[in-house]
Amino acid sequence: MASTDLTKTAAADVPSSDDVAGLEAGLDALETYEKDRAPLWRTALGKIGPPILAIAFMLLVWQIAYWAEVKPRYALPSPADVWDAFMVQWQAGEVHQILWVSLERAFLGFLMAIAIGTPLGLLVARVRWVRAAIGPLLSGLQSLPSVAWVPPAVIWFGLNNSAIYAVVLLGAVPSIAQGIVSGVDQVPPLFIRAGRVLGATGLLGVWHVLLPASLPGYLAGLKQGWAFSWRSLMAAELIAASPDLGYGLGQLMNQGRDLGDMPMMLTAVFMILLVGIGIELLFFSPLEKLVLRQRGLLISK
Amino acid sequence: MSQTVHEQPLTAAAPAAGENGTAGTGAPAVRLSKVTKVFGRADGAPVLDNIDLTVAPGEFVCLLGASGCGKSTLLNLVAGLDKPSAGTIEVNGGRPALMFQEHALFPWLKAGKNVELALKLRGVPREQRREEAQKLLALVRLDTAYEKRVHELSGGMRQRVALARALAQSGEVLLMDEPFAALDAITRDVLHDELTRIWADTGRSVVFVTHNVREAVRLAQRVVLMSSRPGRIAREWTIDIPQPRRIESPDVSALSIEITEQLRGEIRRHGKH
Ligand SMILES: Nc1ncnc2c1ncn2[C@@H]1O[C@H](COP(=O)(O)OP(=O)(O)O)[C@@H](O)[C@H]1O
Ligand SMILES: [Mg+2]
Repeated sequence: MASTDLTKTAAADVPSSDDVAGLEAGLDALETYEKDRAPLWRTALGKIGPPILAIAFMLLVWQIAYWAEVKPRYALPSPADVWDAFMVQWQAGEVHQILWVSLERAFLGFLMAIAIGTPLGLLVARVRWVRAAIGPLLSGLQSLPSVAWVPPAVIWFGLNNSAIYAVVLLGAVPSIAQGIVSGVDQVPPLFIRAGRVLGATGLLGVWHVLLPASLPGYLAGLKQGWAFSWRSLMAAELIAASPDLGYGLGQLMNQGRDLGDMPMMLTAVFMILLVGIGIELLFFSPLEKLVLRQRGLLISK
Repeated sequence: MSQTVHEQPLTAAAPAAGENGTAGTGAPAVRLSKVTKVFGRADGAPVLDNIDLTVAPGEFVCLLGASGCGKSTLLNLVAGLDKPSAGTIEVNGGRPALMFQEHALFPWLKAGKNVELALKLRGVPREQRREEAQKLLALVRLDTAYEKRVHELSGGMRQRVALARALAQSGEVLLMDEPFAALDAITRDVLHDELTRIWADTGRSVVFVTHNVREAVRLAQRVVLMSSRPGRIAREWTIDIPQPRRIESPDVSALSIEITEQLRGEIRRHGKH
């Protein structure tokens, strides 16, 4: 090979291999840096502090409104009344059951929505005529409040779990599919080309390049899909209340309304809120941050 | 220092190889015959017009030309990312590797795993991948970078990982599309030295695209100058300055000045309409 006689003729003014290595090591060291991370307690405090302050402030406003009797006492109970109502149910062991019924439905519905929404989204993203056909429908469905599906679903499926799951799916699938579509759309063409050069074409390309590259968009879609699942479920439970159905948070709310029991209704509202926020904070938010941080897309201050 | 420059007439399309002692094995690494590329409508102006180019096994060729003359288009054709409108392209020694101006490393994988993905797609068994990837990283002097995330590396380090990933492919041909254009001068110099060393060590055939004349003269055994609109091969030079060269050396400078004059002439032609 031509290359064999290359090094012999190296003159004195030509850098030796060691010089190059040293120079290179220096350049590498100059251009990389270790980021020191703040201690855990400080990050935790910085994250938990502000929301706690905000909640305290809202409770205070509520308490003042209660004292001022902005609304009659039966319509606006004090925070303490609601807390007592909650504790009574908690001690009776009902809260866990109610929560469990709703959470189980939500998770199951969400998993089904993932199973349907993911391949659907991939099809829409990658097959041109599928996109032309149902792309607009998908974004349209996203803006349709899922409550609108409750009456038809009840008529189609009857007052049972199928109707509830149908509503959850109609609410969550479009978001998840849309998430993967925008994730795929944002994949830089350079990655696809680099993958093809490496031999990742066809399904190998989807698996090794397209899916991981679109993960941030997909996660955003999942997050929104979860929010929609939960929201749709509550709408369905609230409207489709029947003794045959398991007793979930929505039904608790409905019962509160029937009994005119404001603390019970507010308990339901707060638990719905709590679950929504809890899943977001405990699951989606850390997952999203992890993915973005790995890719250097998150600027942590 | 000795310097011999053979200029070759326009028509000598399959040159150099023999006199550099690189041929011998018969089949060329890359052979383009009458390659034409037209984008869009078939009767549009061709970006590449009737290109004949042969690269011998182990040869280092620099394709030089003004921006927009079709260098990337040509390289994409050789890499199989696009199809020529006419003519044939023959690549021997397996699917060619291609390095881009942007590193094109996958940010969801650590540096070492990027190299391993290339090994995996080439069919290297799982047990061997890690060791092989470590070796390739050591070859680009990044022994410690295996666990690093892409965004934690400097521009020069990223291009070295990209080079390691390209070398992980089994192909005998390495295509490089202005891979150092975005780097600062000192880093680029260092990478020139590294590339020369690695080329000598691995015996790959390299087609290196650049618009930087000195870079071409610093690296290549043969510099091929392309004209613009349509892209044709205007002229070529065989360079015998021994490696490793210095980009500031008088030999490199003298030839660079000559080639730059030619390149300027090529560009000037387009202003006279
Ligand atoms: N996909 C494409 N479609 C249409 N025109 C293209 C396409 N790719 C490149 N071109 C045109 O071909 C010419 C050569 O481009 P390119 O190969 O990128 O040049 P270079 O790499 O030498 O700078 C340019 O004029 C560019 O506009
Ligand atoms: Mg280019």
